[in-house]
Amino acid sequence: MPDTDTKASTGPVQETIFRRNMRNFVGNRLAFGSALVVLIFIFLAIFAPLVAPHDPAETDLFRRLQPPAWMPGGEWSYLLGCDALGRDILTRIIYGARISIFIGAAVVLVATTIGIIAGLAAGYLRGWVDMVISRVVDILLGFPYLIFAIGLMAMMGPGLINIIIALVYKEWVIPCRVVRGETLVTRELEYVEAARALGASGRHIMLREILPNILSPVIVVSTIRMAHVIILEASLSFLGLGVQPPTASWGAMVSDGRAFILQAWWVSTFPGIAILLLVLAINVASQGLRDAFDPRFHE
Amino acid sequence: MTANRDSGPLLSVEGVSKTYRSGRRLADRLTGRPETFVQAVNNVSFGIERGEIMGLIGESGCGKSTLGRTILRLHEPTAGRVTFDGTDLGALPDAEMKAMRRRMQIIFQDPYASLNPRRTVAEIVGLPLQLHGLATGRGALREKTAEILEKVGLKSMHLDRYPHQFSGGQRQRIGIARALVSHPEFIVCDEPVSALDVSIQAQIIQLLTDLKQEMGLTYLFISHDISVIGYLSDRVAVMYLGEIVELGSVETVLANPRHPYTQSLMSAVPEVDRPGHRSRVRLTGDLPSPLAPPPGCKFHTRCPLAIDICRQKAPVAESVGPGHTAACHRLHENLSLLEQEAS
Repeated sequence: MPDTDTKASTGPVQETIFRRNMRNFVGNRLAFGSALVVLIFIFLAIFAPLVAPHDPAETDLFRRLQPPAWMPGGEWSYLLGCDALGRDILTRIIYGARISIFIGAAVVLVATTIGIIAGLAAGYLRGWVDMVISRVVDILLGFPYLIFAIGLMAMMGPGLINIIIALVYKEWVIPCRVVRGETLVTRELEYVEAARALGASGRHIMLREILPNILSPVIVVSTIRMAHVIILEASLSFLGLGVQPPTASWGAMVSDGRAFILQAWWVSTFPGIAILLLVLAINVASQGLRDAFDPRFHE
Repeated sequence: MTANRDSGPLLSVEGVSKTYRSGRRLADRLTGRPETFVQAVNNVSFGIERGEIMGLIGESGCGKSTLGRTILRLHEPTAGRVTFDGTDLGALPDAEMKAMRRRMQIIFQDPYASLNPRRTVAEIVGLPLQLHGLATGRGALREKTAEILEKVGLKSMHLDRYPHQFSGGQRQRIGIARALVSHPEFIVCDEPVSALDVSIQAQIIQLLTDLKQEMGLTYLFISHDISVIGYLSDRVAVMYLGEIVELGSVETVLANPRHPYTQSLMSAVPEVDRPGHRSRVRLTGDLPSPLAPPPGCKFHTRCPLAIDICRQKAPVAESVGPGHTAACHRLHENLSLLEQEAS
């Protein structure tokens, strides 16, 4: 969508919608700052082996529950201290970002793709297709998300792919509802009728005429949902149903520190802060995106 | 261009009706309230000859746009038959209907809503060529698209622009180019000028008449503006609440309207040369809801000439002159609203 918009600037000098939206977004300092925070997390996740000071699996029993650097007994090379096995917490947070961001992105990507297809079909074809899809959506919405995911994980067993599947099972419902609603509105517009009058197929109308026009709200919703998915993954890992040790995961790290929370608060606290920071940054940034890109917020 | 089957009109509409089911809520279903229907088009019949411009006039909400779209099978008719060049459109399988769409097109009212904001002019106008395989290769596609753009008064430099970079009049030209690029024979013009400024309206009407001559087109021209219809059409059909109440050549209908509704429409046209001469027939009230159309003649609720029979029995279209029909119980009494008050 952004690339088609920038092409429009080949005409006389006229600010494209995309550029104006971008300018609005950058002008929103809080949102832009949050976007930078998200980008830093992504950067850390991608370059974890280069950035992290230690090996995430390297244990050193002499450093068991070593406090953060600024506390007595701390060491500057182990900035945020060590966990019960003497592993560097900062390193594990950096590696944990990989899991959180990867699962968040993968779930949202797969769920959005499924949601777009199902939503377009329900909204454009209507009739029994809409009936079936909407009822399935309603049923899935009726289940508490975490309990649903716990059940699925218990059935499938832990593992990276299984977490993604368990979360996608329900997550696609959100983009599906957005897409269905937008499609119901868009299908009545005259340019859709024009395409039908020209003899265009349903597939062409759904993918080429309707989809490009409803993508903005879908992208905004998906980014907000990514924060949600990250929390869910952390919750599953906290409960021991997520990524299995020794892989570093924020949820599992919080869980690990539970037993020593009074003696060594840093083991749980720092990964908890990492979750808070990333989720908050994604939320604020995506709300800024929504304000900038959703035409309904322009007056 | 195509095999001319000279027998009969290019397009014939026989007894076409379009009814919409109005949504029944759960509460209505539980209380057993019967389903209600919106009768948008009711038993409409007419024919359009090749090369003719048929005007279709009526108030907003009278079903004229629905009729235009039902003819093109953008909406399926509830009853009746539409025959195009000897082919019954309702009986066509999808694949053949798609091929038929190359020959019949539509120009929309709103030049802002009818163009996809995310696609370039080349994509919008080139789409029919792609869909019907009329141009092979990118070069040929662009060339043919540029050609039609020039025909409607735009330039090939506009090809890669987006609709929002154009004015309303230019956008309507893009819509016309899209309708004409596949060289159709029949066009439904669904109020193509009513969303435009008056100065632009004249240009677009001129363009449409020029293109008709040049490309040998046949139009069904839908409008609520009697002066536009009077200027361009050969014949005119007057529609009221889903029914055609009067039909005839534009000269006779406008000069000698027989149906009281047509007369009231005519009296609303301002006359420049003789101001104040013609009395105005003011219709009271609004168009009745098509959800609950009045019984008998649908116009009786607003007709100054209505008598008892009008409230009970629907009038049938009768011939009142060569090629001129009207549906009114009091046709033969030769009452005219226009003269009545003037004399």
